[in-house]
Amino acid sequence: MSLSAAPVGFGAALLAGLVLAIIGHPEPPGAPIVVPAAAPVPTGAPRTFVLKSVSVDLPSSDIAFPGGTEAEAINANCLACHSAGMVLTQHNLSKATWAGVVDKMIHAYKAPVAEKDVPAIVDYLTETRGSK
Amino acid sequence: MGESMRRMIGTTRRSFLRQAGAGGLALVSGSAWIASARAETLIDLPLPEGPKARVVTTSFPQKAAMILQRTRPPLLETPFEVFDRGVFTPNDSFFVRWHWAVIPTEVDVNTFRLSVCGHVDNELSMTLKDIVDGLPRVELAAVNQCSGNSRGYTAPPVAGAQWSNGAMGNAKWMGVRLKDVLDRAGVKRGAERVRFAGLDEPVVDGAPKLMKSLDIDHARDGEVMIAYAMNGEQLPLLNGFPLRLIVPGWYSTYWVKMLDRIEVLNGPDDTFWMKSAYLIPDTSGATMKPGQTGLTMVPINKMVPRSFVTNLTAGATLKAGTKTTVRGIAFGGSTGVKSVEISLDGGTLWLPTVLGRDEGKYSFRQWQAEFVPAARVVSVMVRCTNSDGLAQRATPNWNPGGFMHNAIETVYLTAA
Repeated sequence: MSLSAAPVGFGAALLAGLVLAIIGHPEPPGAPIVVPAAAPVPTGAPRTFVLKSVSVDLPSSDIAFPGGTEAEAINANCLACHSAGMVLTQHNLSKATWAGVVDKMIHAYKAPVAEKDVPAIVDYLTETRGSK
Repeated sequence: MGESMRRMIGTTRRSFLRQAGAGGLALVSGSAWIASARAETLIDLPLPEGPKARVVTTSFPQKAAMILQRTRPPLLETPFEVFDRGVFTPNDSFFVRWHWAVIPTEVDVNTFRLSVCGHVDNELSMTLKDIVDGLPRVELAAVNQCSGNSRGYTAPPVAGAQWSNGAMGNAKWMGVRLKDVLDRAGVKRGAERVRFAGLDEPVVDGAPKLMKSLDIDHARDGEVMIAYAMNGEQLPLLNGFPLRLIVPGWYSTYWVKMLDRIEVLNGPDDTFWMKSAYLIPDTSGATMKPGQTGLTMVPINKMVPRSFVTNLTAGATLKAGTKTTVRGIAFGGSTGVKSVEISLDGGTLWLPTVLGRDEGKYSFRQWQAEFVPAARVVSVMVRCTNSDGLAQRATPNWNPGGFMHNAIETVYLTAA
């Protein structure tokens, strides 16, 4: 199956000469059209399906937040719940936004962050991933 | 936090105990942190701004090469080229997203139980054999997409996993209807919601365990499933082995992994993950202005249509004057794909494409067309319209969660 849709009104030079040809999906012509059901359907899979117990090891991250003493607070308080990688791939966010993130970790997600460490954590995030 | 918490950098409480007393953290200086993660390949995600480099990892069990967004709890993105290989995403390439780091690393199929409790006539404790052999087996192809898929393109940016477009996948799910399980327990009159939870747990006491709920009528609609297989195999542990809730057409936040508890409620669900997380503005396309107030925020729900070019990569050079195939995938969201069109002139004229085999309305669907690139700069826009007549947004949406991204995608190429 092949047909062309003639380009009409292509003013833009970049489109001059464009021809769109549509090619059919590689299915044999005349194949019966099966309309899939909207809801889950009884399966033709083999009657027996046996699940097997699983035991795996998940990798742990050996990466801490980089930096010297200024990273001590974030390393001491934040790595228990999550590794550092995703924090370090955040866009640059404002200090107020970072303060909001830290507040959410403490109050919504119950992160056991020492109150005295909060300013150092927010400062670190603002310095490392902050709007300049 | 004390020394003991600091050492708890393992994967589970159990591995924490195993690791207690092991050495401290390896401190990495400067911006070399990412490259230091073993000698693994790096990939640059095509994000508009912010850090683009990610490790491509093969360190996760039952997983091939995945884009590492976070090690613990794991966030693994599907490399985009996988989507060009067919409409079903292989299990070992299927994206992974966990909220809490206490994830069982062993599941014994003989001792595992699924409990059904709450506002029912008979509370149940079902074995896997009860489920696999005792209830009608059904199959359904359905897209599983993270609410925050493509968050890395949100402008202005928001905090959260900076995914490119690979926090989605499509599988043929096999299992049982949730309705059949609920019928076996006997839902009592007055039931309002059904809440789901899995084996994963928060790291710290008092933190909100991940639980999600559906309206009772939705839960009993005959479409919501409990899957014990995807693409003909048992689920990888990181995708929810042994049981996962399948909520066709809805975002992945509802597709509870390692499902072991179903609770019928005779009132609303006011717990954290329904009341305070995964909320979107109740506006068309879930869009709002940054800082806008006075909006009603509601739990995220049905997916919206999307489409992607999968065989041409941004920046690729095509042969000018030569017939070129462009193809990709699309999905309609909460219903099927009606059409996929492409535009080569920035969105003025839209041209039809041919759709591939229909695997069901909740599945990815392939589309394909041919064109002859003439100019030096070629842009290919692709737009899906679903069976309800809903088309992809022309402009990106914005909300503070970076949820429900579905704007029309454009791939820029050159021809020479």
